[in-house]
Amino acid sequence: MKFTFNNDTKKGWRLLSIPFIFSLLLLAAPLTMMFLLSFWTQDYLTLDKTFTFKNYIEAATQPVYKLLFTRSLIISLTATFFTVLLAFPMAYFISFHGGERKALWLFLITIPFWTSYLIRMFLWKVILGYNGVLNSFLIWLEMITEPLTFLLYNANAVVLALTHGWAPFAILPIFVSLEKIDRSLLEASTDLGDSAIDQFFRIILPLSAPGVIGAALIIFIPTVGDYITPKLVGGTDGLMIANMIQVQFSKANNAPLAAALSVSSLMIVSFISIVFVLFNRKYLRRY
Amino acid sequence: MINQVEVKNVYKNFGDVKAVDGVSLEISQGQFFSLLGPSGCGKTTLLRLIAGFEMPNSGDILIDNKSMDGIAPNLRPTNMVFQNYAIFPHLNVAENVAYGLRKKRLSKDEKLEMINKSLELVGLSGLNNRSSNALSGGQKQRVALARALILKPKVLLLDEPLSALDKKLREQMQSELRHLQRVVGITFILVTHDQEEALTMSDKVAVMFDGKVEQIASPRELYERPSSKRVASFIGTMNFIDAIGSKSGEKIKVENRILGKFELPQNQVSGNHVNNKLTLGIRPELISINPRKSKSADFIEGEIEEISYLGETTYYKIICGKDIEPLNVLTQNSFGQMNYKVGEKVKLNIDKDNIVGFSG
Ligand SMILES: Nc1ncnc2c1ncn2[C@@H]1O[C@H](COP(=O)(O)OP(=O)(O)O)[C@@H](O)[C@H]1O
Ligand SMILES: [Mg+2]
Repeated sequence: MKFTFNNDTKKGWRLLSIPFIFSLLLLAAPLTMMFLLSFWTQDYLTLDKTFTFKNYIEAATQPVYKLLFTRSLIISLTATFFTVLLAFPMAYFISFHGGERKALWLFLITIPFWTSYLIRMFLWKVILGYNGVLNSFLIWLEMITEPLTFLLYNANAVVLALTHGWAPFAILPIFVSLEKIDRSLLEASTDLGDSAIDQFFRIILPLSAPGVIGAALIIFIPTVGDYITPKLVGGTDGLMIANMIQVQFSKANNAPLAAALSVSSLMIVSFISIVFVLFNRKYLRRY
Repeated sequence: MINQVEVKNVYKNFGDVKAVDGVSLEISQGQFFSLLGPSGCGKTTLLRLIAGFEMPNSGDILIDNKSMDGIAPNLRPTNMVFQNYAIFPHLNVAENVAYGLRKKRLSKDEKLEMINKSLELVGLSGLNNRSSNALSGGQKQRVALARALILKPKVLLLDEPLSALDKKLREQMQSELRHLQRVVGITFILVTHDQEEALTMSDKVAVMFDGKVEQIASPRELYERPSSKRVASFIGTMNFIDAIGSKSGEKIKVENRILGKFELPQNQVSGNHVNNKLTLGIRPELISINPRKSKSADFIEGEIEEISYLGETTYYKIICGKDIEPLNVLTQNSFGQMNYKVGEKVKLNIDKDNIVGFSG
């Protein structure tokens, strides 16, 4: 039998071609270039294009990179954990007690997006700073006499700022998965003897797992590579791998090393994300 | 008989809607009791009040003489089979069935035995590990039943459990449910809008309209002695004919142009003031067409207007005069019997002993 495109298939390809070319140019091409670049070396102003693993070996052996990778993962996973932990009750409230005002609540959640992320992060400096809102308030309350210095410019501040900045992204997918739970399942569980707590752990949590895992991925993936937040509120103790990549690309003028760090970072994030997804699959096998 | 469930003057409003409007009823132990009524009459609300998912505005519900006031649904001796079955999608058949057993201190083997027993009871033996998404509607129904019955509730509540099934399966499940109820001996309260379902399955039926119970009776009584025109026309078909009635000792004297004069026993006439206006109710099968022998005076002349052949039976619409509605007549078919044609003139005979009257 001859293989032919029928009209619909042709039409489909035509429709797809523009976004396809677009993503090829803007996504695949830079990624490929980055990948190639990571196997070259920078020799002052010239680029040595002989294939080498030198950059990867450096990325894997130099303690500073290991430290930054580990710190990035810890900060990002912690932020993810707290964001999801805080987002869940909010999503739960809107879904189960939002009544007729669900749309309003969801609208209110998007309000922070009306200001830029940069400004929101900058405001954390105003809140947590030496002469900031929090310190002034505590001094006014006479709870402290000297401003606290551990509030800002460390990893905790980064986690705090990320948790705040990404909360809406976690609330929405969790909300959707909670909305999808058939309410008669909750009545059935009560009818079969479950208390409210039993019901939460036996029905609500397992059935909202797709949303929770989705939310975790949505936050984990971009926050590992974040560099604005650590730069603004992280100080030196809160710097992350993306800050180093930026330095290598610009000031240090070592694009190949930066590329190798980027690719390594990409690999690590992909690996962890795949673990998340597989866990999701396993959990939801029965759906 | 022991009263298992007692509903005492219960009211339940949703805003302006009086969903349950002063209902009282008693259900004895081991009874198959049905709540029958048109959609929106408050059946589900009443069932949910018994289950504890709704709290009455006033009145009380007793189970085994114990007031259920303030007792949460998870602590009541009732279990429910939901209209959409509410099977937990993340659990397999056995896990669904065992869902309510967790709090009971049982060994693994005891649990497994109970699961197998209840699956056998509902005809799902061996499906323990089947994913709940791979079940058909009928199978989900059975899982929901097994899941509730395994807990040995005092009362099993069923909200339109068969309405989502196709006709054949529904009829099969009706008799299975009835059989199951006899085997387990648990009190069943079934909500349905299908009069046939209520009549075939129940020991007793409460007919509800607009949040109120209109009649509580056995299926036979409900059909043969409906207490109101509404009940009579909701359950099966009834011919209504206006007549003049008057009290005469223990009997009611009835007079009508085409039926002539006759008497009805008092218990066949409902309502208080029997003077003058009376509506007579005649079931279609009480009327026979061209009977072989009958007193000639009792014949009513008519003309066939419409014929519906239904296999075992035939329905006729027969015009008997301008001032009354055409009469619905039902005859049993037998092979080689006489065929009538539309427009044919026939003589009708009515079994007057079983006519009922409604007054007021
Ligand atoms: N939770 C509720 N909120 C508001 N009105 C309700 C609610 N439940 C039922 N009703 C109303 O109460 C009436 C009876 O409903 P229901 O008991 O479901 O009737 P049935 O089961 O006989 O069809 C209906 O008019 C319905 O709209
Ligand atoms: Mg209903």
